[in-house]
Amino acid sequence: MNKIEIDLKQLLSAVDVSADWVGLREVYEKVTPRMIRDGVPVANGTYTTQGVMVEVLVNGQFGYFGTSNISKQGISDAAQKAYMQAKLASKHALVSFTEAVRPAFQGKYQSPFVKNSDTLSPGEMNEMLLKMNEALKVSDKIVSASSIFQIIETQFKFVSSNGSDITQDFLLLEADMSATAVDGTNQQTRTFGGMRGNCKQIGLEYFDQIDLIGKATQIGSEAIELLDADECPSGEMDALIAPDQMMLQIHESVGHALEVDRILGDERNYAGWSFVKLEDFGKLQYGSEHMNITFDPTVSGEFASYGFDDGGLKAERQFIIKEGKLLRGLGGMESQMRSGVEGVANFRASNWNRAPIDRMANLNLEPGDASRDEMIASVEKGVYMESNRSWSIDDYRNKFQFGCEYGKLIENGKLTKTVKNPNYRGISNPFWNSLKMVGNQDTFGIYGTPNCGKGEPNQVIRVGHASPLCLFENIQVFGGA
Amino acid sequence: MKAYFKSISSRLFDALNENETLSLSFSGESSQFIRLNQAKIRQTGLVDDMDLGLKMIHNGRTVSGGITLSGQKETDQNQALMALASLRAEIIQVPEDPYIVMPKGVPSSEEIQTANGLPFDHAIDALVPAMGDADLVGIWASGKIYRGNANSLGQFHWFETDSFSLDYSLVSSNHQMVKGTFSGRDWYQADYEKNIADSLHKLKLMEQKAVKVKPGDYRTWFEPAAVSDLLGMFSWNGISEGAIQRGSSSFGKMRHEGVVLSPQFSVSEDFNTGLVPKFNSIGEVANPKLNLIEDGKLRQTLVSSRTASEFNLESNFADSGEYLRAPKMASGNINASSVVETIGDGLFLSNIHYLNWSDNAGGRVTGLTRYACFKVKNGELVAPIETMRFDDTFYRYFGTELEAVGDQTKIIPEIGTYGGRDLGGTVCPGILVKAFSLTL
Repeated sequence: MNKIEIDLKQLLSAVDVSADWVGLREVYEKVTPRMIRDGVPVANGTYTTQGVMVEVLVNGQFGYFGTSNISKQGISDAAQKAYMQAKLASKHALVSFTEAVRPAFQGKYQSPFVKNSDTLSPGEMNEMLLKMNEALKVSDKIVSASSIFQIIETQFKFVSSNGSDITQDFLLLEADMSATAVDGTNQQTRTFGGMRGNCKQIGLEYFDQIDLIGKATQIGSEAIELLDADECPSGEMDALIAPDQMMLQIHESVGHALEVDRILGDERNYAGWSFVKLEDFGKLQYGSEHMNITFDPTVSGEFASYGFDDGGLKAERQFIIKEGKLLRGLGGMESQMRSGVEGVANFRASNWNRAPIDRMANLNLEPGDASRDEMIASVEKGVYMESNRSWSIDDYRNKFQFGCEYGKLIENGKLTKTVKNPNYRGISNPFWNSLKMVGNQDTFGIYGTPNCGKGEPNQVIRVGHASPLCLFENIQVFGGA
Repeated sequence: MKAYFKSISSRLFDALNENETLSLSFSGESSQFIRLNQAKIRQTGLVDDMDLGLKMIHNGRTVSGGITLSGQKETDQNQALMALASLRAEIIQVPEDPYIVMPKGVPSSEEIQTANGLPFDHAIDALVPAMGDADLVGIWASGKIYRGNANSLGQFHWFETDSFSLDYSLVSSNHQMVKGTFSGRDWYQADYEKNIADSLHKLKLMEQKAVKVKPGDYRTWFEPAAVSDLLGMFSWNGISEGAIQRGSSSFGKMRHEGVVLSPQFSVSEDFNTGLVPKFNSIGEVANPKLNLIEDGKLRQTLVSSRTASEFNLESNFADSGEYLRAPKMASGNINASSVVETIGDGLFLSNIHYLNWSDNAGGRVTGLTRYACFKVKNGELVAPIETMRFDDTFYRYFGTELEAVGDQTKIIPEIGTYGGRDLGGTVCPGILVKAFSLTL
């Protein structure tokens, strides 16, 4: 579907409701998935969506109507219905807001890219995926191999009655590969950085920058290697965790725990609450002195970089945790008003049919100064773990358990044999306080996930996480069934 | 809405060239959402959404697409025709697909479920007063949901329902929680108020201080809501035939090593509940009932027509993802209403949370206890427990360690709203497990 061009400002001016504030947020998104599995195409297509979220503020209560009818009449009717919804709700409102929580900014954001999405034809993309697929099949024991690209083009526009006027254009690319090796009931899967971990804001120059065939061969070979590997040992030992697993560790045990709307209880019926309390900001020693976490929507090419959140607030880099101490929450303007805690521009919605809530954007662990060799040399007994394959954490973001695809024993300061089914578990606050060494820039990796779920009604949103290699001491590590 | 989908379908089918086949799907909703915190309104709004899916087959190739419909006929027809042109331009560029599933012209079906629900303008006043000053947090979702499927060979399916759900948690002053759900099609204010009152009564049980339990094996009763979550894992690298064939299923031990589960454990796909359409996303209609695991033995897996084509099997018309659409677990003999006495010493788990495979091949699942979970001693509920992590395999809790199955099944409604409001639910009883492993 082609984008239907609409004049959002004109539509706003035609809205006739006696609201204290009105905002229109238009979203157009085009998603192009392509996938080859076992030498055969299983996905080729183009999916588009376009709609407008009409939001009004009445007697301190917001009401919304998400509509795909983007005609003048459609928007006008939507505003009337949103108005009624807000008015009826205002007598039972949890919070009385003002338009201060929708600050007026004007500006533009554009994803950085060199080659646009049309640079390669569908045929060329399929050809590349087929070659990757062939390269994944390094042995007859690879029973299934998949190669995937997904290109996403998104345009956001936001205008409001108090003067917001924002345009943001995104070009995103997800690349993934997977090889499953089987020997009897022994089955091992290796992927390209965990499930869809390789996702970025980038153009099709991505394919010039990465040796995808070489990566495919490595992934296939490591899946075979895991078939003959010993089970990961169980016990308390050091864990050296690669950036493509740190991504999930940061996401689950730092990011969600610090979303201020969770701390305020909005999410208790779904994903849960948080072990962090409002009074912890500025005081809690979240992790060791090596832990420095930034909210950074300014990193060029990271998956969730942007210029403004969906409440219209300008996005800036902020330290969330510095030298282990908790400084700031992941809360947009609504949460900042409700909590009194300093926050960030993270009030985001998944699409035109959902209202914004507090989300992560890019949440990164800043590099330290240890080299990879120094970190390995410092470990007497431990396991190196790479690429997430399993994740689970409790509703207070305390007790987590993660599983990885690939492990290596570390014995007396050296990487030794490969181990399969490496898992570890812990409790967030003591775990982060056991962070012993943080890798330098050479160990740094930028990843993300397109699948962060939260909110009622539910929303899936894209987030970015970057991290160096990290060493944690005395962790509960264990293997498979 | 049905007429609208038919009209756009006809326009697209008329525009097809010779030897082109087109399959269409329709998904829509007109929904109200009210998000609550502390029994007050945090966010509220309405969403009207309609999506058209297109799948073109031509010359041994296939491409797909989707557009959002606006409800304006001329605009939508033009957009749909442009989408069709885009598919036509692309289909000549993609490789041949040897496992294409060609649509069929029959059968067609129609199921329209009407309801006497709560009008959007009345919902807030009907819902909020009964909550009183409780700390209630949750989501109200209501309105119409539509699903359709049509193809250029003449098949047409339509499913329409009107439903509501209030999915909520009540929170005690000591941060213990009780889960409640009130869902259906016709609204009865008295039933709603009773549901809230019953949950408030349960919350009083949670006022006691939570006790710590140590990691280890526990005799454990799972309420139906918890069993529903355990069964839900079968839909993710579990009972899918494609997953078994590709080495990424937890059912490998059953298929390849002849491992069986408990003779008390039986699961089927049962579309007689009427909670979901009987047709899948390409218009195929499954048998009303499909026995999957019978008396602990794996009888059938979910086989889509594509998997059937790829591995030379017979399709049972599972949807392309080969997930459970209408799961039903058979009830057993244990009296669920006096189960606390039967437990003796152990745990009573109402809900569990955040499940994931910790070792897919071994059938091992990890997750957490959540909501009203109690320590049981001498046949009585002693106190709520602090959150515990479990890590155990379904070959134990549905197999060697399954002591008994409850005599009453419940419908656990599907209340997810990712992308749009979900349909369906799981019908299952509670289970008593001799030893269930808590780890942290």
